[in-house]
Amino acid sequence: MALVHRGLSRRFRKGTRMNRHVSWTPAETAADSGDVIRLADVRRRFGETAALDGVSLGVRRGEILGIIGRSGAGKSTLIRCLNGLERPDRGSIKIEGREITGLGEAELQPLRRRIGMIFQHFNLLSAKTVEENVALPLKIEGWPKAKRLARAAELLELVGLSDKAKAYPSALSGGQKQRVGIARALAASPALLLSDEATSALDPETTRSILALLKDINIKLGLTILLITHEMEVVRNIADRVTVIDAGRIVEEGPVWQVFATPQTETTRSLLSGIRPQLPDHIARTLSSEGSGDVVLSIDIAGPAATGPLFQDLSKAFPVGYRLIHGGVDHIQKQPVGRFFIALPAASTAGLVSFVERLGAQVEVLGHVADHA
Amino acid sequence: MSPIMLELLFRSLWETIVMTAASGFISLVFGLPLGLALVATARGGIAENLAVNRALGAVINGFRSVPFIILLVALIPVTRLIVGTSIGTWAAIVPLAIAATPYYARIAEVSLREVERGLIEAVRAMGGNRWTIIREVLIPEAMPGIVAGFTVTLVTLIGASAMAGAIGAGGLGDLAIRYGYQRFETAVMVAVVAVLIVLVCGIQWLGDRLVSRLDRRG
Repeated sequence: MALVHRGLSRRFRKGTRMNRHVSWTPAETAADSGDVIRLADVRRRFGETAALDGVSLGVRRGEILGIIGRSGAGKSTLIRCLNGLERPDRGSIKIEGREITGLGEAELQPLRRRIGMIFQHFNLLSAKTVEENVALPLKIEGWPKAKRLARAAELLELVGLSDKAKAYPSALSGGQKQRVGIARALAASPALLLSDEATSALDPETTRSILALLKDINIKLGLTILLITHEMEVVRNIADRVTVIDAGRIVEEGPVWQVFATPQTETTRSLLSGIRPQLPDHIARTLSSEGSGDVVLSIDIAGPAATGPLFQDLSKAFPVGYRLIHGGVDHIQKQPVGRFFIALPAASTAGLVSFVERLGAQVEVLGHVADHA
Repeated sequence: MSPIMLELLFRSLWETIVMTAASGFISLVFGLPLGLALVATARGGIAENLAVNRALGAVINGFRSVPFIILLVALIPVTRLIVGTSIGTWAAIVPLAIAATPYYARIAEVSLREVERGLIEAVRAMGGNRWTIIREVLIPEAMPGIVAGFTVTLVTLIGASAMAGAIGAGGLGDLAIRYGYQRFETAVMVAVVAVLIVLVCGIQWLGDRLVSRLDRRG
């Protein structure tokens, strides 16, 4: 809480401080409502390829939005457009209600102080100590030295690195470097945090701790976070909503648990393949579209529909028997997300499909196994 | 060696040190900003301006392609304008500095260019302007290379100052030529070479120590 108050009081002081910099004023004074970011039909080409091909999206205050896509999908271009490091060819980008596409470099500078950014390779200055790195955004804002070092100490405490204040970045581990990166991004009390593949260079355990820290900051400070990643695991762990982009276009978006439960596009399914149950390969190989063997199908059931006694109902309705091959229930954003693969005699298939669909599940018939498989 | 020769040796050493230090200092003061200008105006630089970049590059290449002994003579009018005389130790500093400045600018350019682009982007993303990038990123991050390059420049200047004898600037090189070579005094030649080796090693050692203290990249 102390941090929140500090942030507010600093913004208050900003008006009375010597006008060394043009200050950034959000267009909406009641900025608690509405989107922090709003993009409409943003396009950007690099030569022949369209990095962004008509992207429209909104990021709500206080949420964590994950933008996921394969490498080269346009994620980096998108995130760099948001603080003016990259300029779109056309379209509108509004940050806190203010259009930024027409702004010059000098006008973008105060905007960038409202937006923190963390990077895949941390981008800490090697010639500065940890505390000097964290204090740098404040130095740019013109804070006196004692005050900015005091603020840096606060932030280092928040990220759990108080004992490393005087160390140089080269003495830190990857996870510690990213914690410093986060502290630095938060130093100027930004309204928005951009995360550019911030955990992609970290091992799984460190990734989890960094994501937990980001979630913690999101809750404690009410900070809006936009993160881009190619790892679904990251989105699954902390995002509220997810936007999938492919070849510069948004192909799918929605609450994370819904997208995980019922991915609509091939891109999303392929990005999800590592963390959703998949039909084991040795069975998938034996499937054929025709035959007399048992039918294998997948059932996706999520949210309220997944809280009922699914298998008990199934057993009652289909005493012929079915076999559970693979699957399980995951919990994403506190919602159950179930995915099962079952095999059953061909004759019962149609009945079971319509039965399960009535429960609100999605069913896909995958094929016949060879006899007695 | 006679006391007179010894005194001559010390005087020459002093002249070499004066020429090297003064022209080195001037090359640092002008070469570093030139190197910065080259990096900043290059394609993708923080103040991209290819016309300026090409013009600067051409001037620097022009000066660097003239052999020093020719520059020494060709610059005599300029030297006379600045120092008031075209002979002596102080007169030699002008051509030495003018030769060393573009040399050092290129060395500084290489170090500055090797600063990771991600660091510049990070400081831009936190709202820093060009001046902030130069002051907080480019110079501090390139500092080990800037110092190492300056050491190389100083050693090169010691070598070049030997030619300054041509305009009566004195110095160790001049001593070695006039006494050691032209008067067959092998002892003087050996002594001068020994002093030069100690001088160069000393500068290099100091430079290396400074670099290792500055380098935090681990």
